[in-house]
Amino acid sequence: MAEVLVYVDHVDGAVRKPTLELLTLARRIGEPVAVAVGSGAENTASALAEHGAVKVLTHDAPEYADYLVVPKVDALQAAYGQVSPAAVLVPSSTEGKEIAARLAVRIGSGIITDAIDLESGDEGPVATQSVFAASFTTTSRVVKGTPVITVKPNSAAVEAAPAAGTVEALSVTFSDQATGTKVVARTPRESTGRPELTEAAIVVSGGRGVNGAENFAVIEALADSLGAAVGASRAAVDAGWYPHTSQVGQTGKSVSPQLYIAAGISGAIQHRAGMQTSKTIVAINKDAEAPIFDLVDYGVVGDLFAVVPQLTEEIKIRKG
Amino acid sequence: MSLRIVVTVKYVPDATGDRRFADDLTVDRDDVDGLLSELDEYAVEQALQIADEADDAEVTVLTVGPEDAKDALRKALSMGADKAIHVEDDDLHGTDIIGTSLVLAKAIEKAGYDLVISGMASTDGTGGVVPALLAERLGVPQVTLLSELSVEDGTVTGRRDGDTASEQLQAQLPAVVSVTDQSGEARYPSFKGIMAAKKKPVQSWDLSDLEIEAEEVGLEGAWTKVESAAERPARTAGTIVKDEGEGGKQLAEFLASQKFV
Ligand SMILES: Cc1cc2nc3c(=O)[nH]c(=O)nc-3n(C[C@H](O)[C@H](O)[C@@H](O)COP(=O)(O)OP(=O)(O)OC[C@H]3O[C@@H](n4cnc5c(N)ncnc54)[C@H](O)[C@@H]3O)c2cc1C
Ligand SMILES: Cc1cc2nc3c(=O)[nH]c(=O)nc-3n(C[C@H](O)[C@H](O)[C@H](O)COP(=O)(O)OP(=O)(O)OC[C@H]3O[C@@H](n4cnc5c(N)ncnc54)[C@H](O)[C@@H]3O)c2cc1C
Repeated sequence: MAEVLVYVDHVDGAVRKPTLELLTLARRIGEPVAVAVGSGAENTASALAEHGAVKVLTHDAPEYADYLVVPKVDALQAAYGQVSPAAVLVPSSTEGKEIAARLAVRIGSGIITDAIDLESGDEGPVATQSVFAASFTTTSRVVKGTPVITVKPNSAAVEAAPAAGTVEALSVTFSDQATGTKVVARTPRESTGRPELTEAAIVVSGGRGVNGAENFAVIEALADSLGAAVGASRAAVDAGWYPHTSQVGQTGKSVSPQLYIAAGISGAIQHRAGMQTSKTIVAINKDAEAPIFDLVDYGVVGDLFAVVPQLTEEIKIRKG
Repeated sequence: MSLRIVVTVKYVPDATGDRRFADDLTVDRDDVDGLLSELDEYAVEQALQIADEADDAEVTVLTVGPEDAKDALRKALSMGADKAIHVEDDDLHGTDIIGTSLVLAKAIEKAGYDLVISGMASTDGTGGVVPALLAERLGVPQVTLLSELSVEDGTVTGRRDGDTASEQLQAQLPAVVSVTDQSGEARYPSFKGIMAAKKKPVQSWDLSDLEIEAEEVGLEGAWTKVESAAERPARTAGTIVKDEGEGGKQLAEFLASQKFV
């Protein structure tokens, strides 16, 4: 069976959920061979093996942390040379897309970005994309070279599928470009203790209607009652009420949870672009004409400061 | 010595209008109003600020697109860019990401550059990869997704706010930079700027000027093929209730019925 390269996104050896989802998709088109680089790369092997990786290629060097993107492209290219895969899959993070794109030109291949599904087809993998702020769904194929496809979080279920997961050392020669962009300082993002926004099953977002940084406590309380991540509209972020890393939308994170709750958000096209593929959508807004209500499965026209705390209380009671 | 800045700007269908696909599954650019991608306004803004700081700098805006794409160039010129290059050729219709990056890279090389500035992503394709591809093709550092940047003594530094960390980056020129919408509001063209733009030079290049064969680009030459495009069915109208004191409880009931609680 054909091998499929899967680029591993991990933090010090802890594999992030979108990579495990990719392994599910990779198994539809072949045998997943995982590529993990950087600090802790070898520690990814057991999680990857449990989810179907037949082989795990690993490499560590200071270059991965000290320089931007290119060392990782060099590594993926080395793996590509070693395996001759039928496709290369990379998680659709901002960095993942850049790595994938540079690899694609180097190996003379086309690239499909932000796929939300992947199937095996007669002429190679067929990718589904959700485009124009999720108003159209397209299917595409790479027709030249080896398909390079980046896949968004929450595009497939994580499925256990034990495989060998044999660890092999990858040999990487860094290119002249590898040390071009130096990372002179890095400030890790503080953990909120809540689920990762793009990976969460439930997201509760607040917008301009929340009207103040301190009022976001109301949104956080609801999120915590549901075990959800907290998001924000750009208006709330621009006002300085919530960090930019929590922005949902075209220029923020794109989320696709089971449940999205928007409180005090009007539903501008750029916000919709980042949440319209959510399975169930709920909105609380005092304006019955707000465009967000066109998307909802359930909407409450009312003041969020009355509705949200009551909802939080009721959820707590029901959960006992 | 003069600092040559090239800003890549894309002409895109207006996101607030009805965006559609044409019969050949390329973007309908004839029946939908277009404009300069809003995210490229941030790139133009940063270029103008860097040029203002430099002793001697020239800002060239570059687009690859149909006849109407001149509108995007005019907008950028009226903001204050010095000159424009329009790469236009019938054979470009349907070009994909890899092809677009090839054409842009050749045009940038022909124009001559010390710094290339792009937007973080277009507002139609939203690939967010063209800047990285330009760095790869030009063989220069990529300093992408910056929310803050400065250029001094041949060095570009900037801040990249990633998923797990915020990074401070540094590279020598020549380099390719992309900027996010956190980099600073773009200026509005002044009346004077709009009048001045009319007299600024717009150069037109076609594929032969760039020594690119028709087979390398366009729908036929594309590395990817769109096989279907379907409008997402309108969501079935949801239940909407007015809060009369019980709205939170009713919503909890709905969430419970959907097994979220
Ligand atoms: C909905 C949709 C989905 C698509 N999906 C794919 C796909 O999966 N694979 C694929 O190969 N092609 C795809 N394309 C085609 C591709 O998006 C365009 O061909 C292309 O112009 C480059 O990619 P982008 O618009 O995503 O640019 P991005 O990478 O998002 O743009 C980043 C920056 O690059 C610069 N730039 C991009 N295009 C131009 C231009 N024409 N002129 C000047 N500057 C420019 C701008 O500075 C812009 O801010 C898609 C197009 C659409 C409309
Ligand atoms: C290039 C570009 C990129 C962008 N990217 C993004 C993006 O990534 N994400 C994003 O979100 N936006 C983005 N935007 C901005 C977007 O266009 C909107 O401006 C933004 O989404 C509005 O945020 P909002 O809904 O919170 O605010 P508003 O549109 O002001 O809506 C506030 C809503 O709150 C309601 N409200 C007020 N008080 C209450 C109350 N007490 N109880 C209940 N409801 C109340 C009001 O009725 C109103 O509907 C982008 C814009 C551009 C041009």
